Amino acid sequence: MTAPNHRWRQFKNGLMQSIACGCAILVVTPLLLIYFHLIRYGLSSLNWAFFTQLPKAVGEPGGGMANAMVGSLILLAQAVVIGVPVGVLGGIYLSEYGGTQFNWWVRFIADIINGVPSITWGIVVYGLLVVPMHGFSALAGGVVLGFMMIPLVMRTTEEVLQLVPGGYREAALALGISRWRTIVQIVVRTALKGIVTGVLVALARIAGETAPLLFTAFGNLGWAHSLKEPIDSIPVLIFNYAISPYPDWHRQAWAGALVLLLFILIINISVRFVTRDRLRKQP
Amino acid sequence: MSEMAVTQNDLRVAPAARAPGDEVFKWLTLVMALSIFALIILIGWELFEGSKVALHRFGWHFLVTKDWDPVNEKFGALVFIYGTLVTSAIALLIAVPISIATAVYLTELAPLWLRQPLVIFIELLAAVPSVILGVWGIFVMIPFLRDHVFPLLQKWFGFLPLFQGPIYGVSMLAGGIIVSIMCIPIITSVSREILRSVPGLQREAAYALGATRWEVTRIAVLSYAKKGLYGAVILGLGRALGETMAVTMVIGNTPQIVASLFAPGYTLASVIANEFTEATGRVYLSALFELGLVLLGVTVLVNIGAQLLLKTFAGPTVKPQH
Amino acid sequence: MNPIMTPEEESLSPSRPESKSERPAPTPPASRPAASAGTAAIGAPALTVKNLFVYFGKNAAVKNVSLDIAAKAVTAIIGPSGCGKSTFLRALNRMHDLNPDARVEGEIRLFGEDIYARRIEPVVVRRRIGMVFQKSNPFPTMSIAENVTVGLRLNGVRNKKILAERTERALRMAALWDEVKDRLHAPAISLSGGQQQRLCIARALAVEPEVLLMDEPASALDPLATAKIEELILELKKDYTIVIVTHNMQQAARASDYTAFFYLGELVEFGPTAKIFTSPKQKRTEDYVTGRFG
Repeated sequence: MTAPNHRWRQFKNGLMQSIACGCAILVVTPLLLIYFHLIRYGLSSLNWAFFTQLPKAVGEPGGGMANAMVGSLILLAQAVVIGVPVGVLGGIYLSEYGGTQFNWWVRFIADIINGVPSITWGIVVYGLLVVPMHGFSALAGGVVLGFMMIPLVMRTTEEVLQLVPGGYREAALALGISRWRTIVQIVVRTALKGIVTGVLVALARIAGETAPLLFTAFGNLGWAHSLKEPIDSIPVLIFNYAISPYPDWHRQAWAGALVLLLFILIINISVRFVTRDRLRKQP
Repeated sequence: MSEMAVTQNDLRVAPAARAPGDEVFKWLTLVMALSIFALIILIGWELFEGSKVALHRFGWHFLVTKDWDPVNEKFGALVFIYGTLVTSAIALLIAVPISIATAVYLTELAPLWLRQPLVIFIELLAAVPSVILGVWGIFVMIPFLRDHVFPLLQKWFGFLPLFQGPIYGVSMLAGGIIVSIMCIPIITSVSREILRSVPGLQREAAYALGATRWEVTRIAVLSYAKKGLYGAVILGLGRALGETMAVTMVIGNTPQIVASLFAPGYTLASVIANEFTEATGRVYLSALFELGLVLLGVTVLVNIGAQLLLKTFAGPTVKPQH
Repeated sequence: MNPIMTPEEESLSPSRPESKSERPAPTPPASRPAASAGTAAIGAPALTVKNLFVYFGKNAAVKNVSLDIAAKAVTAIIGPSGCGKSTFLRALNRMHDLNPDARVEGEIRLFGEDIYARRIEPVVVRRRIGMVFQKSNPFPTMSIAENVTVGLRLNGVRNKKILAERTERALRMAALWDEVKDRLHAPAISLSGGQQQRLCIARALAVEPEVLLMDEPASALDPLATAKIEELILELKKDYTIVIVTHNMQQAARASDYTAFFYLGELVEFGPTAKIFTSPKQKRTEDYVTGRFG
């Protein structure tokens, strides 16, 4: 045929492959840099005081993030209480009872909601809870995070339940076990690992959310004594410290960021670990 | 679900055997599933309610007014729409080629032992919350850009109005760059799923004609996957539009429309994040609500577009969210 | 047939022998354990395979196969499923290079030149040895004409007139021209299954390969379309060397000049088709062609 362009084709081939490889490197680089800097600037600040003390007054050096850590835990706990039952039960309906049209719409809207900017959620719950309650509260923060979890958990639960072979259901029903027991004790139990994984993944995502908390839980330099009070959380604290003019708070922002990222990483690694025997084909 | 139809019949044959628990359970789970509809209605309703005052006051002009004057209660969304669009455009310009090239590398070109580790790396990047990226942005990226990159850009491209003007570090360009870092993981992973779903037979056809690896990718994979890739890009756009924390921390938060990319700017999400808790007066707050409504409208439309593209390309096998 | 060649291509095909030189007496198949070698009768063979092994991991899917593929003739590869026919075929155009678990050992020569030699690029080999697959796979984003010319355009042919001529020629050779000449710009997937397969044949022929490999080309088609493909093959062999893998014995009997019977990765018997089907030398061959197994 026409070989004159053969060299050019081989050159283009090599060039494109190099470019693609270069882009992959470019993608990995920010990640490595972030981790590197987090460790460099944040690790040294992680000491006992950091974990157990409250923030000092504005401008004073020292202090810690104890209230923010506890606050995050409280908010996440509320989120789980709201998000998991609704999400899992809703996912059960979609998988076990739902009709194709209904399910399509639910999935479609759930995906839309997942794409809504998280700050919008903050505004929504502000109108829903903060205004009637005349103030920011831990409850509002928990509610907004919980609402965000619902579509995530519902989708993953549905998918995981769909993977359970129909034969299990048929066998149980043929034994005369009632439908709801079949679902709960057989189907859900079989899929439990997957459901828990889905919840953990959603949790990892929620744990880093800052925007919706800015005007629901708001923040608190001390301890919150009830759910009706504003409460601090790690992401919000990081944000407030980072944009402040005080170098000592900047240092603590790095430390807080390191703690938060470690927390999220641990969840992600556990998820990987739990699902490793279900690894499918090569990428 | 045909087994369900079979068992439904069985249950109907012996109604007395059907436990009341079944009915209750079914209704319970249905109510929970319906919560999705309740949520979206809630979102729309709250935003509308909150925007009412501003909607009445400003009407359509809101979208095209440049003012943002809390003192005199004159508000307009134009500055923020501009900021959001510019940062998203920059983000996509950077993220799309890099992400798709990386997805191609992962699915077609990388040595097999490297693939899974790379995939894990990208998922780790996706797991980094916006606020942490923002911290890195403020303390590491901005100084680097301000001292090394931006002056170079100004030197080489200063003839363009885009690259003129004083350099502060915090800028629209920095905002765009940091949003691109947030978008890359999602565009890459969705693109990767799409490329993987291209049938091997297509690649073989191209190889059998004596095509080089790149040519096979171009002819058999990328053109086949075009529609799905558009969906991935638009999904990335949806993400870029709603990005809040990292942008707020590096964009400078100044409501203005200026040609220079080095100038600070303001996005819809950022102004809400910064000023919501400080807003005094019903009109101010309502204007912010309305900004939220605009943001919601735009992201929902973009997301619907992405969903439809992805669904028509690959059906149920491609998950829109990672 | 190939006006312009790279230096590599030049060396890959030294002066082509004229067809119909002396006709050496067909050597009788060697007795076991050496695998029965096959020698072609007419002229020098297009492809000579010597001691070919193909491994997937530790598994040998093709074991010690040696045979000659006659030029401008149709050679059929038959055998029960899993016997290594497709694996053997794919070794001929280096498709196994794409599979990291696959290992090819032995020698395959195209008109005398070793196609697995280090300095030979697979890209070049595949242009000279084309392939048609079991399931038709036209590129869905391209029109009929674009599918036919894709190989040409890759090789740098840009001249619209030449492309149009080649398109018509290839489609005529594939017996598709009359059916599509008025809609060359319609999408390729608007064709029926049988037409798509003929389009794939046209696409493979457009780059003017010397050998055409066909992996069960008609197995996904209805009898009418299958008959058309078989007619096509008989026409094509006037100009091309064809190797066709088929699990349909009647098809092999109808359409081929030589037949190779594979079983469990080994070449059991090879010879003129008439001989294989009427008086096979090996019992296993006879059992297979008479339908006792497989």
